[in-house]
Amino acid sequence: MVRVDGKGTESLVEIRSLDKKYRRGGEEIDVLRGLNLDVDQGEFIAFMGPSGSGKTTLLNLIGGLDVPTAGTIRVAGDEIGALSGRKLAAWRARHIGFIFQMYNLIPVLTAFQNVQLPLLLTGLSKSDRREHVEAALELVGLTDRMHHYPRQLSGGQEQRVAIARAIVADPTILLCDEPTGDLDRASGDEILAIISRLSREFRKTIFLVTHDPVAAERAGTLLHLDKGTLLECAADGRVACKPEDRKR
Amino acid sequence: MAIPIEYNVRSAVARWPSTLVAVLSIAGTVAVFVVMLAMAQGFQATLVSGGSPENAIVLRGGAESEMMSALTLDQARVLAGAPGVARSAAGDPLASNEVVVIGAFALAATGSDANVQIRGVSPLALDVRPNVRIAGGRFFQPGLTELVVGRNVPSTYTGFSLGSTVEFGGGSWTIVGVFDAGGSSFDSEIWCDATVLNQIFKRPENIFQSVTVRLESPESLGAFKDAATSDPRLAVDVFRETTYYEEQSRTVSTIIRVLGFIVAAVMAVGAVFAALNTMYAAVSARSAEIATLKALGFGPASVVASFVGESIVVALAGGVVGSLAALPFNGFTSGTMNWSSFSYLAFSFRVTPAIVASGLVFSIVMGIVGGLPPAVRAARLPIVVALREL
Repeated sequence: MVRVDGKGTESLVEIRSLDKKYRRGGEEIDVLRGLNLDVDQGEFIAFMGPSGSGKTTLLNLIGGLDVPTAGTIRVAGDEIGALSGRKLAAWRARHIGFIFQMYNLIPVLTAFQNVQLPLLLTGLSKSDRREHVEAALELVGLTDRMHHYPRQLSGGQEQRVAIARAIVADPTILLCDEPTGDLDRASGDEILAIISRLSREFRKTIFLVTHDPVAAERAGTLLHLDKGTLLECAADGRVACKPEDRKR
Repeated sequence: MAIPIEYNVRSAVARWPSTLVAVLSIAGTVAVFVVMLAMAQGFQATLVSGGSPENAIVLRGGAESEMMSALTLDQARVLAGAPGVARSAAGDPLASNEVVVIGAFALAATGSDANVQIRGVSPLALDVRPNVRIAGGRFFQPGLTELVVGRNVPSTYTGFSLGSTVEFGGGSWTIVGVFDAGGSSFDSEIWCDATVLNQIFKRPENIFQSVTVRLESPESLGAFKDAATSDPRLAVDVFRETTYYEEQSRTVSTIIRVLGFIVAAVMAVGAVFAALNTMYAAVSARSAEIATLKALGFGPASVVASFVGESIVVALAGGVVGSLAALPFNGFTSGTMNWSSFSYLAFSFRVTPAIVASGLVFSIVMGIVGGLPPAVRAARLPIVVALREL
């Protein structure tokens, strides 16, 4: 279940009264204002909204890449605002998988080595790491490209490697920031199909930021952000924006 | 586990032009550092190797070198009869009463004069110093104006080939032999009969500057020293010969080392700036990669270790190149003034494993100093800002 009224209990993700302000050129900009959100395990949520509405900022805050100006974010029982430095990094390694618009692969490492990176933070043996990496690459259909460097891959293939890297350590949450934004329609559809499969078959909790309505259609829940505020879809605070009853 | 070092190595190779600049800067610094240390080491080794642990040298009490010392023949006889002094097969004590004077001779390389140490020794000098052997010709005959010269002398000075005659001190001397002292400072000396040298230079015949004795064993030094220093007829200082020459080499080798460190330090500043520039450029160019690694869960310490490690790899490459560049100087012969004897001393540079190791450690230090500030900057990069820089 997804709620935006701040009345959820024991959700995987609990966001309360979240504010985020930026200071630019002496001017304070409110990016997120008093945002509440409760998300249960296994939900697939898409965020849409105009540029500057705070979608990516919200994703960064959930992933512990940025800190809120006010309010709290609790993920799997951890209040991430209370973590910093080494602890926050370890928390990210355990709970979060990132999929970026520009793939963010390390160019001097092969696909295998890129996917293996998150596992270096675990206690897995070399052979176990190899097993996990091969399984992740198989899931995205790239076992035959595992020893290729990013420059030897197409954009779609690079993004599939990035997905394998995001899921290889079995994180609690996947955060996808415009994952198809730099791809053609066919490649984008392949990526969305993989992400949908991760939600459907592996019950991953997924947050997807997109400008693409077709991409958003894949999500179980669609939330609109506008001027830093989540627009509610149902009067009782429970989000009812399922594919069949979304407001157009 | 840390960020894999192959990430850093491959990144350094990928941006090879700036890496090469840093490597060459550090290589130049390490090469100078190693060569200067090799020079000091060579000078010191040349002097120290002249001494033997089985020999003791005796000077007048308070004298810091042979040039400042004076011992009478009577004192020399007392010393020769002291306990612990070895004896020849004929039963004679192995003691050499020695006189040192300075002669100025033309260097073969430049034609300018340089001071040469001329040592008057006793006829038993070769028995007292078994590490010195005649390599050509013969030893001088007592009572004659004959010279034997160290193996460096004929090549260093004009007119000192075997059989030649040289003029100095008002006398005419014939070179009858060349000796090999195993690369020690004696190889730069000229030896003759001490009594004849005193006569030619019109010095008191019964005054010597030092007495060197062969001990029965290295452990005999204590007994000899106790006897010499407690005898009321003697007011002397006794040194093991190796200790004496080590002390004699200290001033010049320290000067060379200090100069070397100063030159290397100045160059190191430049090399560290090169490393800093390279690493700051690396951090700037790879800020999105760094942010990605941090987003994946690598902590600040991992990022710092990774970039310092990269800097060390680059610096160590420079250290290896610099050490290799310095290797050809091993054995290179040069000469300088030995300030304790005011004479010219030929010596060979010695690039030892310890010196190469020092050069490599020096390069690592430069790598750490040059890598740490950029690494800290990398660790502090705001992830959200850096991720936008793709």
